Amino acid sequence: MSPLVAYLLSLADDRLILGHRLSEWCGHAPILEEDIALANIALDCIGQSALLYGIAAEAEGNVRTADQLVYFREGVEYRNLLLVEQTNGDFARTIVRQFLYDAFGILLFERLQRSTHAPLAAVAQKAYKELKYHFRHSSHWVVRLGDGTEESISRTQRAVNDLWRYTDEMFGAGFPEAELITSGTAVDPQLLRQEWRTSVEGIFAQTSLTIPDANTVMLTGGRTGRHTENLGHLLAEMQIVARSYPEIAW
Amino acid sequence: MSENTAMLEEQFRRRIAGGETIEPNDWMPDKYRSQLKRLISQHAHSEIIGMLPEGNWITRAPSLRRKLALLAKVQDEAGHGHYLYSAAETLGISREEMFDQLHAGKAKYSSIFNYPTLSWADMGMIGWLVDGAAIINQTTMAKCSYGPYSRALLRICKEENFHKKQGMEVIAMLIASGPKGKAMVQESFDRFWWPTLMMFGPHDAESPNSPDMLKWKIKLKGNDELRQRFIDMTVEQAHAWGLTIPDPHLKFNEQTRSWETGEIDWKEFQAVINGNGPCNHERMEARRNAHDNGAWVRDAARAYEAKHRRNGGTTV
Ligand SMILES: [Fe+2]
Ligand SMILES: [Fe+2]
Ligand SMILES: [Fe+2]
Repeated sequence: MSPLVAYLLSLADDRLILGHRLSEWCGHAPILEEDIALANIALDCIGQSALLYGIAAEAEGNVRTADQLVYFREGVEYRNLLLVEQTNGDFARTIVRQFLYDAFGILLFERLQRSTHAPLAAVAQKAYKELKYHFRHSSHWVVRLGDGTEESISRTQRAVNDLWRYTDEMFGAGFPEAELITSGTAVDPQLLRQEWRTSVEGIFAQTSLTIPDANTVMLTGGRTGRHTENLGHLLAEMQIVARSYPEIAW
Repeated sequence: MSENTAMLEEQFRRRIAGGETIEPNDWMPDKYRSQLKRLISQHAHSEIIGMLPEGNWITRAPSLRRKLALLAKVQDEAGHGHYLYSAAETLGISREEMFDQLHAGKAKYSSIFNYPTLSWADMGMIGWLVDGAAIINQTTMAKCSYGPYSRALLRICKEENFHKKQGMEVIAMLIASGPKGKAMVQESFDRFWWPTLMMFGPHDAESPNSPDMLKWKIKLKGNDELRQRFIDMTVEQAHAWGLTIPDPHLKFNEQTRSWETGEIDWKEFQAVINGNGPCNHERMEARRNAHDNGAWVRDAARAYEAKHRRNGGTTV
């Protein structure tokens, strides 16, 4: 697989898996307004993934369709961040997962608007607009929950402590390939780390939440297909109908 | 009844007969108000509970396009619930009170959502049949006398039409895919046909609320008339697709130019509306859990607002 295809797939997988997790809330959110908002954000994420799979398929020479990339790849072939495949847990955990990603995604897609790979730049323009709204939504909730009641603060802090170990992976060295960064196709994620940190600290400063200490042991592997066990179950559910009836056009 | 009330009621009746709409601040009989609260909140609950059977398949939707369409549809239903609760609130009942009634098992919602969704074809079937039946009911109700409800329905019907179109597209594609797809559709049709006919409610003779509601234009057509309209439309479409209607007594009446069905199983209907259908328990449980598990979130949001109001700051 070419570095370009691998990169596009990683972006698409991040959006799809996060959107899938959000869509699991549909009908079960704590308030009706959040049923609407979470579904809306899930729609944006999956919609962006569909566009990204489209350009990945094209970059691959149209040997597979976008749907084949989604429904007929194995877990070890998925390249999403470990963070986005983590289970929903309670509303605090879902919001923290979303917030940690959004704070990164907004920086990434802002820059990808200027990617030298024109189809990616075009998708990034749409995605960036949507991510601004997602970040506003998730950061507003972090502030409310992190400065709400004793219970909401402790639930949110627990989620932060638990999910923090997946944050390093967003800025990992070695992905994407150096040639993509040099050619201006991809963004070097290492350059986003400090800005991400400042943004997260800025939101936490409005709350009683604290950032876990620097000794947290970080986990990585999603970009090379070394996932947590959560992804397999997610994919089993997502792919079951499509794989059961490969002859049906949906 | 005081002379004054009698006069107001007469005026009210004349306004309605003259085709005027009633607005929230207008005088209205207590019974009109209470009937509307019941009607609109039931409809709102139906939209919210209705998210569950379809929400059940979002994570399994077999293509990106279908996944996006289904998710958008379920989100629409949440939106419908949202503006229907708002329309009911104009009558002096809060969303919280309506939720309490629902969770206490005191409020009704459409019986159809107490049936399970067991195959992907059900996502087409619900759009075609259930949204289709809802459109027939709701385009009629959109001419009702209460302004906020009528306006909410106009908006809702536009989206319901889109849902029905999507559902029919799912079915058409399954059928076009060959025998496996068609068998999936037929199996789903067999399960949903009768419960959909029940959505229109009991025969008019058994429907005790109707006379007052007809007079006040909060019911505009009888249950049987609307059901018949649905049957005639749907039988033709089913035949066009080569589907078999699961009713050995179905026949075409040459005089009325209309399809006559066998009798609906009213025992099943009663069981479902009395809480004993196949999924009543799960649907209520899911809603109660969502509400109870969300209590700390709502508390947190309230505590946050209160703190920041007190500090004179604006909320983020
Ligand atoms: Fe509906
Ligand atoms: Fe609806
Ligand atoms: Fe609908």
